[in-house]
Amino acid sequence: MADTTVPAPSFALGETIDRIRRSSEYVVIPLLALVVSAALFSLFLLALGKDPVTFFSLVWKGGFGTGFSWQNTLVRSSPLILAALCVAIPARLGMVVIGGEGALVLGGFAAAVVAIPMVSWSPTFFTLTVMALVSMLVGGLWIGFVGYLRHYRGINETISSLLLSYIAISILNFFVEGALRDPSDPNKPSTMPIGPENMIGPIPGTSVHWGLVAGTIAAVAMWVLMNRTTFGFAARITGGNVRAAMAQGLPVGKLILVSTALAGAFAGLAGFYEVAAIHGKANASLIAGYGFTGILVSFLARHNPIAIVPVAIFLGGIEAAGGLVQRRLELPDATVLVLQGLMFVVLLVSETLYGRFKIFKAKGA
Amino acid sequence: MEDVGLSTVLLAMLAGAIRVSTPFLFVALGECLTEKSGRINLGLEGTLVFGAMAAYAISFETGSPWLGVLVAGFAGMAFGAMHGAICRLKGVNDIAIGIAMMLFGTGLAFFFGKAYIQPVAPRLPSVELGFWTDNPHLAKALEVNPLFLIGIALAVAMWWAFKNTRIGLVVRTTGDSAPAALALGINVDLVRFLATSAGGFLAGVGGAFLSLYYPGSWTEGLSSGQGLMAVALVIFARWNPLACFGAALLFGAAGALGPALQSVGITRGYHFFNAAPYAMTLVIMILSISPKRSLKGAPGELSITK
Amino acid sequence: MINRRFDRRTFLKGSGAGLIGLSTGILGAVPARAEGLTIGILYVGPRDDFGWNQAHAVAAAALKEVPGVTVVEEENVPETIAVAQSIESMISLDGAKLIFATSFGYYNPFVLDMAKKFPDVQFRHAAPLWTDKDPTNAGSYFGQLDQAHYVDGIAAGLSTKSNKLGFVAAKPIGTVLRNINSFALGVKKVNPAATVQVIFTGEWSMPVREAEAANALIDAGCDVLTCHVDGPKVVIETAEGRGVKSCGHNASQAPLAPKGFITGAEYKWETIYKDYAAKLGKGEALPNFIGGGFDLDFVQNTPYGAGATPEAIAAADAARADVKAGKPIFVGPIKKQDGSVLVAEGASLDNYAPELNATDYLIEGVVGSIT
Repeated sequence: MADTTVPAPSFALGETIDRIRRSSEYVVIPLLALVVSAALFSLFLLALGKDPVTFFSLVWKGGFGTGFSWQNTLVRSSPLILAALCVAIPARLGMVVIGGEGALVLGGFAAAVVAIPMVSWSPTFFTLTVMALVSMLVGGLWIGFVGYLRHYRGINETISSLLLSYIAISILNFFVEGALRDPSDPNKPSTMPIGPENMIGPIPGTSVHWGLVAGTIAAVAMWVLMNRTTFGFAARITGGNVRAAMAQGLPVGKLILVSTALAGAFAGLAGFYEVAAIHGKANASLIAGYGFTGILVSFLARHNPIAIVPVAIFLGGIEAAGGLVQRRLELPDATVLVLQGLMFVVLLVSETLYGRFKIFKAKGA
Repeated sequence: MEDVGLSTVLLAMLAGAIRVSTPFLFVALGECLTEKSGRINLGLEGTLVFGAMAAYAISFETGSPWLGVLVAGFAGMAFGAMHGAICRLKGVNDIAIGIAMMLFGTGLAFFFGKAYIQPVAPRLPSVELGFWTDNPHLAKALEVNPLFLIGIALAVAMWWAFKNTRIGLVVRTTGDSAPAALALGINVDLVRFLATSAGGFLAGVGGAFLSLYYPGSWTEGLSSGQGLMAVALVIFARWNPLACFGAALLFGAAGALGPALQSVGITRGYHFFNAAPYAMTLVIMILSISPKRSLKGAPGELSITK
Repeated sequence: MINRRFDRRTFLKGSGAGLIGLSTGILGAVPARAEGLTIGILYVGPRDDFGWNQAHAVAAAALKEVPGVTVVEEENVPETIAVAQSIESMISLDGAKLIFATSFGYYNPFVLDMAKKFPDVQFRHAAPLWTDKDPTNAGSYFGQLDQAHYVDGIAAGLSTKSNKLGFVAAKPIGTVLRNINSFALGVKKVNPAATVQVIFTGEWSMPVREAEAANALIDAGCDVLTCHVDGPKVVIETAEGRGVKSCGHNASQAPLAPKGFITGAEYKWETIYKDYAAKLGKGEALPNFIGGGFDLDFVQNTPYGAGATPEAIAAADAARADVKAGKPIFVGPIKKQDGSVLVAEGASLDNYAPELNATDYLIEGVVGSIT
């Protein structure tokens, strides 16, 4: 890989400028897309008789404008980072996994189930470690099974992961409304609580939970894995052309299994944080659609693990702002949905612009 | 289980297959056409929801449900055309656009549909195919909507056209290999644009069935992912329109299983019965597909199968 | 929970007003003046869903009439951390001092956590969940809809020919199970031979499955249907289309079934919100816990439709008058489905007995399992 070769000192400055030039493309084009989508949405608002300036200043205030808004945004983006990794990692192998929701739900459920018998005797740290590991194991097996079906049974991973997520939801519902139901909570079927002492507190001084940090670390680790290791290199070759990869003798089956298991483990971990940092038990609130939003995050980030973090925060910000917009302008929630849809379409369309502007091209390239 | 129970469940599954399958069938046929041309449109869920809203609104405003169906189709076509036009741009991912358009279509449908949740709009009529039987339940089960019959005819026609007509050949060639299509002088972008637009039309009509016939009401929770599932059923049906019909019927029948079993007193574990359509589809795939022929019939240009 | 029965009776003697605060001694202090008060309301679904959320939104509009009060509303708030975030956003960005949380799953942990975090903000939650162990700036308001379902059951029990009635239910939570049981008790009171068959759809809103469930019940011989789902429109219309009678839920579905509609069970949230509005206008503190049924005009039955026979109307009217006067619905002997005794022969449970809030069973005569 070219980046790792050390350039001669005299070229270092030029190379740095080139690098900035090239990477600024990834800032300017999305910003341009946001401006265009804002302009289009303003027309929609004007047709409704609402003032676009007020609207967008509220979006800013609600998502990023105050200290509280930032916390609100970060809280909402936390599960999205881990859920998006569940899409991004298999995507490097050319697989479209859309069933992260199932791994998240079952991971959270398994974390709660394993913690309940430990509540009375186990120290907090040990309980939480076991919960996290079990959630990752269950999530990993769940999506790993998708990888297994793909490679060894020839079953399309998109459809199998979607089907499995519906099945996962029915498993959760069956147990929390049945055998594992906490009898003291008749109006919200849930498992027994894991106990307040086993709850992960927020990051000190904020209301943001540690899932954000875990997600960011995982994203960086996955970037390193995919871009700086032979595993990642092999995965990308496989993603480019499976037959060529097989012809080169790459262990395609193993690559697929490891990638899908890793993907599922992250989704499962997202479920763990929902249980251990927010709900304190498993119930239908785990089925919040994070897995599905994660698909969008991953595609918007072009399956780049590092880019997933800012994209997830951006999405969290829009969702956080949606409430304020609803309240102040008395608009229905659907307005925010329209804005999101429009914004994402324009952002995705803008991808066609990459490489078309000379100004972003490296001189030496 | 006593005999009465068994026949009740079987009858319910037959009735369920007929009642519930139509939206799956239309969306699946539309997606089949789109995918045969080499594109995948995951946004049909949004198209379906918008079609359902548009059909209900038009039926309420004009008193004509069939006009509602038509408008739903054209609205769906507009979404399909948008997807088709965008995806011809270089570097744009059709799956991602589909997901974004799912949000966009759903958002627009919810926004403009607010006024139509409460009113009662005229519904589509049904055709009584059960006139020959004295069993009222069977007669009821065989009360079908004309759209169901149109859907069957369409599935057969598409199956035949893919094999035997020039248009079918053009679509298939475009989907299998863009370079080959270009070499034959086919305008690949145009074919895909038209196929996606037509696919959107069918998905819109599928939505109209939901709001104007069964369950026959417009609410924001109307579609429980039928559009997304239908896209998956196309892969399950291996891009064969006749198999799409079979898959839709099977899915509808399995969906009726949960309520039907509860109605005859088999009630424990109803969450699993309700998940039966998904579990059954997965099991059938595992049992029927061997690794070697899994992609048989798959259009070679499709991003999801590459 | 505190014994509400005792409170209610002693209180009713002394006051004709009807609205009851639990006398815990520490009623939460609401800002003395409505002037400048901002109220935040959260809904779990769209405000115009023709169901639960719309019923709240329409009634809560009474709060906007109070001079000086600003109401901010947020819909589609899922039962996740979004609840806490939206509440905090209302408090820190809009300056809200009174929060109404209208979905069951909001209470624990989100409303409780926020009540602890913001002791100078008042919280009221639409379910009978508040106890005196919870923060005093929180509270509950609720209508006992099972009373109206009981009256539905009386009318329905006299309307069936097949002696099979169908109930399409969303999820087996306490409130839903209690409504089913009370409906069944109404049916059994006038028609001991009849059974009530339940189908759970597993979701609050899933129109296709609700229609399938209604059809399955009719295929199984049920000739009167009722339901407890977010939007009963589909169930009532399916029943009408198949020529069977129906009882509604949540809002009036009478226009949807011009031939077979009997009556329905509806909340009357406006009584509660109007009373809150009046208290705010006068600068009085809001009670921590209010709940009631026909007696306090918190619930009602939909005006009778064409499906109601004169006999059914007379019996339902009499039953409603009885419940309003405090006659119990749960009169022994009542067994649970598993055969264990819920209420012994000769005994009865008060309509506000706290243990009924924790219903986790179906009674004998109801066909269908919770899991």
